Amino acid sequence: MSAIAQTGAAGFLACFDALKDALPGDPIVRQRAAASFRALGLPGGTSARRAEAWKYTSLRPVAETAFMTPVAHGLSIDLSASTATCSRFAATPDFGALPRPDRDPMVALNTMLAEDGAILHVPAETDAGLVRIESHGNGPTAFHPRHAIHLEAGATLIVLETATGNGSYLHNAVTEITIGAGAHLTHIRLQDESPDSFHFATIYADVAEGGTYDGFSLVLGARIARTEIHARLVGENGVAHMNGVQLLTGNQHADFSSVVRHDAPHGTSRQTVKNVLAGRSRGVFQGRIEVARHAQKTDGYQMNQALLISQDAEIDSKPELEIFADDVKCSHGATVGELDAEQLFYLRSRGVPDSEARAMLVRAFLTEALDLVTNEPIRDVLGQRIDAWWERQAA
Amino acid sequence: MLEIRGLTASIGDKPILKGIDLTVPDGEVHAIMGPNGSGKSTLGYVLSGRDDYTVTGGSVLFDGVDLLDMKPEQRAAAGVFLAFQAPIELPGVNNANFLRTALNAIRRAHGESELDAMQFLKIARAETKRLAMPDDMLKRNVNVGFSGGEKKRNEVLQMALLRPKLAILDETDSGLDIDALKIVADGVNALRSDTFSALVVTHHQRLLDYLVPNRVHVLAHGRIVRSGGPELARELEKSGYANVLTEAA
Repeated sequence: MSAIAQTGAAGFLACFDALKDALPGDPIVRQRAAASFRALGLPGGTSARRAEAWKYTSLRPVAETAFMTPVAHGLSIDLSASTATCSRFAATPDFGALPRPDRDPMVALNTMLAEDGAILHVPAETDAGLVRIESHGNGPTAFHPRHAIHLEAGATLIVLETATGNGSYLHNAVTEITIGAGAHLTHIRLQDESPDSFHFATIYADVAEGGTYDGFSLVLGARIARTEIHARLVGENGVAHMNGVQLLTGNQHADFSSVVRHDAPHGTSRQTVKNVLAGRSRGVFQGRIEVARHAQKTDGYQMNQALLISQDAEIDSKPELEIFADDVKCSHGATVGELDAEQLFYLRSRGVPDSEARAMLVRAFLTEALDLVTNEPIRDVLGQRIDAWWERQAA
Repeated sequence: MLEIRGLTASIGDKPILKGIDLTVPDGEVHAIMGPNGSGKSTLGYVLSGRDDYTVTGGSVLFDGVDLLDMKPEQRAAAGVFLAFQAPIELPGVNNANFLRTALNAIRRAHGESELDAMQFLKIARAETKRLAMPDDMLKRNVNVGFSGGEKKRNEVLQMALLRPKLAILDETDSGLDIDALKIVADGVNALRSDTFSALVVTHHQRLLDYLVPNRVHVLAHGRIVRSGGPELARELEKSGYANVLTEAA
C-alpha cells in the first residue's frame, strides 16, 4: 500500500477512497461510516460550530496536520501473564455492536479506516490474569486501532493499555467491551503519548447482571487528547467505575467525557476524575449519569476536581444528571482550587521542605481517584509516572 | 534558647502583636495565658513562620540565630515545633507516611541517616503506646475523622517523634478530658531536659497542675502585661483577667 499525505476530513475521506478495497471487514459498514464521517466532519475542523458533545474541544489542529496513512504502527499485545484468547482485528475484523459511528465523528473515522487491533476473549468462570496492550506512534502517521474485550459470565481480566510515541501522529482508538454476568474487567489506561500527538480513545462498555467495569485512565501526554467512555449497566446490580487522572502542562488540552447509562435496577456507578493543571493547559470534564425509568435503586456518584497550579491553566466542567426513575441516589460535584495554604504550612512546620510538601499534597489530591487501582505493581507504575511528572513541573 | 525583643506583627493592616518581650531560657517551661484575641495563637504562628502574618518589627533569636529569617521547614529543623490549636486534616496522606517524611526531613537536615519504614514503625509504635493511642491512628489519614482529643494526641505524637528544642503548645489541652490531659502533660514532661523548652498557651490552670511552668505570662492586646511564677496561673484561675488588665492599664 502506498502512503498518502492528507489533511482534514477531506484528506481522511480521500485516503479511504484510495484504500477501501484493501481494508479488512464488511465494506458496507465502512461505507456507512464514511458517509457519517462526511456528514459529521472533524469537530471544529472547518468551522467554529460543533456539536454539544464537543463543546469544549476543537480538532482544528488535527484538521491542519498532514498524516500518512496507512503505516504499520507499533501495536504489541503481551499475553505472557494471561490465559485470554487473542486475535487481531486485521485477521478477524468485527466492528462489534456497541460503537456508534453514526453519532461520533472519531468513531466514524475509526470505523472507516481501522486496520488492526486486539480482540480479547475470556471464557466463563475463568480468571485470565493480565494482558498488556502497548501502542507506539510515530509521526506523521494516523492509526485507528479497533479493540474488543469480551468477558463471559464469571470471568475476570485485567487489561493494561499503554500508549507512547514520537512526533506528531494521530492515535484514534475505539474499544468495545462486553462484561458478562458476574464478570469483572479492570481496565487501566496509561496515556503517555508524545507531546505533539493527538490521542482519542472511545470506549463502549456493556455490563450484564452483577458484572463490574473498573476503568482508570492516567492522562499525561498528547497535544490534544480525549477519553470518551460510554458505560451501560444493562443487568441488575451492575457496577461501573470510570476514574481518571489528567496531569497537563504547556499548551496541552485533555478532555475526559463519559456517559453512564443505568438501564437496570440496583446499579452502582462511581466516577472520580482529578485534574492537575500547569502552564497554559486546559482540562475538560463532561460527565452524564442517565437513569432509565425502570432502573430503580440506582446509586450514582460523580466528582470532578481540578487543582490549578498556574494562573493560566483552565478547567471546564460539565456534570449532568438525567434521571427518569423515582427511587435513586445520585450525586455529583465539581471543585476547582489551588494547593491549600494551611495544609502546606502544616507540613512545612514539621520540617518537610516546600517542594516535597507540595508533591505530597498533589499525590494526596489524586489518591481518591487512584484508590480504584488495587493491583500493587500497576499502582506503583502509575505512582512513579505521577511523581516523575510532578518532579518535571517542580524543576 | 528563645529571646523575643519588641516583636510586632500584623495580619493585613491589623496589628496583632504590639511589642512582645519574652525570654525562655534552656530547660524552662513558660505558660502564656490571656483573654481571647490577645495574640496568643499569632505568637505561635509567627514563631513557626506562617506567612500570612507580617512581622513589622523586633527580633527573635533562637539559640542565638535569627529565627525570623528562616523558612518554616528550617525552623522545624532547628528545633521549633508548634502543636496546632486546630490540627490540619490531610485527606489522602497516611499518618505514618506523614510522620516518617517529617522525621526523615529533619534527620536529613541534621545530617543523620533516614529511617526505613520498619525502623520508623518500631519507634512510632513505642510512642503511640506511651501516649495510649490506638495503633490504627498510624494507618489513618492525617487527622481525618479524628476526634478532638485524637487530633491533640496526634500533635503530641509528632512532638515526641520530632524531639524539638522548643515546643509551642497552642491550647493543646482544650477539649481534652482529664485522662487525655494527663497523657499530654506526661508527653511534654518526658521531653523536659536542659535542652528542651516549651511555651504553653492555655486558658486553664488545670494543665499547669500536671505541667508545672517555671514562669507564667499574661498576654493582652498584643503585649505581655504581667509575668510571674506558677502562682500567677492560680490567681488568674480564681479572679480572672480583669484585675490583671486593670492593673496593667
